Amino acid sequence: MKTEKTERESLFSPKNMKLITGPLNLNNPITVQVLGICSALAVTAKLKPAIVMTLAVMVVTGFSNLVVSFLRNGIPPRIRIIVQLVVVATLVILVDQLLKAFVFDVSKQLSVFVGLIITNCIIMGRLEAFAMANKPWPAFLDGIGNGLGYGLILITVAFFRELLGSGTLFDIRVIPQSFYNAGYVNNGMMILPPMALITVGVIIWVQRYYKRELIEKK
Amino acid sequence: MKALRKFLDKQKPHFQQGGRFEKLESTFEAFETFLFVPNTVTHSGAHIRDAIDMKRTMIFVIIGVIPTLLFGMWNVGYQHFLSYGQHTGIWTNFIFGLGKVLPIIIVSYAVGLGIEFLFAQIRHHEVNEGYLVTGILIPLIVPPDIPLWELAIAVAFAVIFGKEVFGGTGMNVFNPALTARAFLFFAYPGNMSGEKVWIADKLDSFSGATPLGKALVGNFHNFPSVHDMFFGFIPGSIGETSTFLIIIGGLFLLITGVASWRIMLSVFAGGYVMGLIFNLWGANQYMHLPAWEHLIMGGFAFGAVFMATDPVTSAQTTKGKYYYGFLIGMLAILIRVFNPAYPEGMMLAILLMNVFAPLIDHIIIQSNIKKRLKRARVALIE
Repeated sequence: MKTEKTERESLFSPKNMKLITGPLNLNNPITVQVLGICSALAVTAKLKPAIVMTLAVMVVTGFSNLVVSFLRNGIPPRIRIIVQLVVVATLVILVDQLLKAFVFDVSKQLSVFVGLIITNCIIMGRLEAFAMANKPWPAFLDGIGNGLGYGLILITVAFFRELLGSGTLFDIRVIPQSFYNAGYVNNGMMILPPMALITVGVIIWVQRYYKRELIEKK
Repeated sequence: MKALRKFLDKQKPHFQQGGRFEKLESTFEAFETFLFVPNTVTHSGAHIRDAIDMKRTMIFVIIGVIPTLLFGMWNVGYQHFLSYGQHTGIWTNFIFGLGKVLPIIIVSYAVGLGIEFLFAQIRHHEVNEGYLVTGILIPLIVPPDIPLWELAIAVAFAVIFGKEVFGGTGMNVFNPALTARAFLFFAYPGNMSGEKVWIADKLDSFSGATPLGKALVGNFHNFPSVHDMFFGFIPGSIGETSTFLIIIGGLFLLITGVASWRIMLSVFAGGYVMGLIFNLWGANQYMHLPAWEHLIMGGFAFGAVFMATDPVTSAQTTKGKYYYGFLIGMLAILIRVFNPAYPEGMMLAILLMNVFAPLIDHIIIQSNIKKRLKRARVALIE
């Protein structure tokens, strides 16, 4: 995406850029809209699957938004969900096949969760809320932005979970052996799903501490 | 005492609004009310007046656990020397245990109170008293060899995520002490379960299995005698072993009215009934264990007396307390006998029922409302 930005400047007006930066912070799909939590719990025990999952979701959100936005005027409102699902399912199967072809071991780790991207609330949410009412280019940016926002949280959670739970980053040992000899033990709870939920909770806490406007009025 | 009072009065202006240490007001307030009965009184309305405020209630609980704490210290030493085949005097045992347990208590209080004070300063409210009890309960439910840094992390986790995020003392869903233990149990299972951890610095060749650990693998050969289990001469968490002293502490809590007898009674009843059901079933040797023997093993008694009765996290309605306690007892024995990964079910049973306590209360209240409405309607029709 970076190289594209410099080449086609006109497409990246401040308004369009906001579609990408918004979901990273103030309109984050996980911490603010609280969507897509389930996969955030399941695939964040290690960094590698989290990053692959991020890419997969980003591709699916981006392109499903794009395709649905192209079709938006042709879709009869009554069957729009079915049409959206067909688009999403096609993309997910494509992504799944690609993962199986090129990163088979990660694909095995992610197991059903790639297939379950179909049910990821972020995608349906963005299709309904944005792609059905906007032009293709902004819709695509919105999809990529939300994928990035999702990935940002996923990778942050995975970073802490892998570091504290396994003592590694990308499966490379980062906590020196001398720590273990001195009595340090990896925190087994970080690998269990509840800790992912608590980590997401802490991220929400920190975010709201700095962005006071996110706190609900009583 | 008078000098202390004078000293406090002299310092007070510095901590009040406009003073030098204005920001530390809640810290000062905490120490002042800890040392002296606060002189603030209610100004309006009718109130029930009682000499007991939260700090005094907490002190009663601490007095209640002191017998088990002292015995626990002695038992840590006793078990240690026993593993070497030595029989030493009561003081040798006690001092060895003191050396093991005191650091645990200090870490528990230092970390927990540190975080409580920090939150009180940030949120500008008074320091809550709740941690005084939690801080003494945590050392009682961990193995004597627990690494102190792990304990510190667990305490921090329990205070922050078990209590402060919900709004502090009185607002928590889970029992903070058990939250700390659950954290240790799942995060560092190597130091919280198995045969190695229950006796401090034991000889490697000596089996340190608790009765529960033995029962789960069907090893009933050299099972400790009922006498040993009741009086607590068995390996286990520091404060959980002596059912006898726990009952004495429990009686003290009941006499002072701090704990609910309904919960205590129904927890024991629930455990006993579940034990009887297993006796009838009798699929393996563990299920044939006499029902009452379940009640004196592991942390059952300690949980029933000091954990399940926590006034914040237990059910509040009178009828709800029976259901709450009964289910804790049943679940604890159920987990013990059935789940090979969790030899002790008391902690998980209490935490689970903590979650359901508000629901139990809700159902009790709703059913009462329905009953009364029905009565009212009948009266109207007539």
